[in-house]
Amino acid sequence: MPSTLFKKVIQETNEYERTPVPAKSLKSSNSFLGMYAGEHTAGTEFVIGPLFVAHGVAAGDLILGLLIGNLLAVLSWGLITAPIAAQKRLTLYYQLERIVGKRLVIGYNLINALMFCFLAGSMIAVSATAVGILFGLQMPTLTDWMPRTSGWIITVVVMGAVITLVAIQGYSYVARFANLMAPWMILIFVGAGLIGLSQLGVNSWDSLVSISNEVIWTGIPLEGMSKFTIWHIIFFAWFCNMAMHIGMSDLTILRYARSWKYGFLSFAGMFIGHFFAWIASGILYAVFLQANSSSSAFAPGEIAFQTAGIAGAVCVIVAGWTTANPTIYRAGLALQGIFPKTATWKITALVGGITSLAACFPALVMKLLDFVALYGLLLMPMGAVIFADFYFAKRFDFQSEQALNNKKSFSIPSFIAWILTLIICLGLNQFYGLEIFFLGLPGWFIAVALFVGFSKIYYPSAKLKMA
Amino acid sequence: MNAFLKILSFIGLLLTMFPPILIFMGKIDLDTTKLLMTIGMIAWFSSAPFWINKKE
Repeated sequence: MPSTLFKKVIQETNEYERTPVPAKSLKSSNSFLGMYAGEHTAGTEFVIGPLFVAHGVAAGDLILGLLIGNLLAVLSWGLITAPIAAQKRLTLYYQLERIVGKRLVIGYNLINALMFCFLAGSMIAVSATAVGILFGLQMPTLTDWMPRTSGWIITVVVMGAVITLVAIQGYSYVARFANLMAPWMILIFVGAGLIGLSQLGVNSWDSLVSISNEVIWTGIPLEGMSKFTIWHIIFFAWFCNMAMHIGMSDLTILRYARSWKYGFLSFAGMFIGHFFAWIASGILYAVFLQANSSSSAFAPGEIAFQTAGIAGAVCVIVAGWTTANPTIYRAGLALQGIFPKTATWKITALVGGITSLAACFPALVMKLLDFVALYGLLLMPMGAVIFADFYFAKRFDFQSEQALNNKKSFSIPSFIAWILTLIICLGLNQFYGLEIFFLGLPGWFIAVALFVGFSKIYYPSAKLKMA
Repeated sequence: MNAFLKILSFIGLLLTMFPPILIFMGKIDLDTTKLLMTIGMIAWFSSAPFWINKKE
């Protein structure tokens, strides 16, 4: 079942927080297959597919870009994250602590928690676009950053409060609900895509090709939106989960894998959620645009309701909810690492409050592509540090797990690698116009190079031998 | 009882999956599709919660 493994991880966090996962607790491939398929067919998919349409992606670019980008993402999980997870079998946080030191992990946790809050906030906003249908709410438009009406604010705050209350009850309730949702939700995505195609007049292969090119993914962006090329699609599909694969967040999950090869099972999530679901939600948006050519509203709830009726709107509500809830829970865990003595419910309530506040701003939905890219970019350098520590410490003659071995709570090479990478990426963006979607690749190499270089200066292997 | 609930869930999923195929083939209209999918949703949510998480 989709979230059973995550639930297990959450529940057993205390058990294996600072020790490798023992052989008896390893999980089968089915657990990972289900988890990846469920986790990547979620509320965000209702936004990403339509945004590709709004950004004027051409049909051929979308298909080829998704195939290549998703393949690269699967390879990143399989070849970069999983081998380290299967060998070390430690949580991301503990592995980071051994390399970068406790104080730097606090900074990492804080940013991680904040990003989780914003992501959960965007999902509450997505759900609100479906709930709002009942109350005739004025929906946000593609260019909106601020809330339009007090009704919107009230809706998201009430939804945020309900979701937070559920999150406070603990993860098991949320996981059970997610298990229930997954099979039905995947069918709704596929079904809604088919209905959308029929609404657009597709009845043969030739009409599918021509309508895809001329009506859905026309290659012409909507007013006020930038143009996306195949490169945007490849890099977005590859790096939208950058924090999880090359950012190493999924070490915490994949440490339960019986074999390092389980990383490749991420293909289930990539090619169901990030291929079919993105395509299906794009088709739904094209149907919406055809029927409402004068409307600039961008409301996943309304879009799904128009094509799939009540089932579509309910799917948007619960998809947003089932994504927001574990995200709030994860944000709570990250903050718990900083304030270990504070009661979990207080932390979760705080996270819920920040999330609800963030959800008031439609900018989080409209700029979801940019936000997802930023989120991955901010955390990615720490993944590069773990990678370099694992593979290059011996080869380049510096100390592995430098904070642990030197009893330091703050590793200067890691800090420099993190901050300088982000500054250089900002420079590439500001001075060379490199868009945020493309910064992850050079950023990762820069972070690895900086960490290796400064580790050789601050923690050469000889120092450890002499000590 | 459990078998009945599972059959009902299965029917729910069928009613979610097949109407889109039928509308795509031009056999039913949009309103019927939406109605059948809503019935499918109700069938799934009124039966699956009673067995899907039982193993845990």
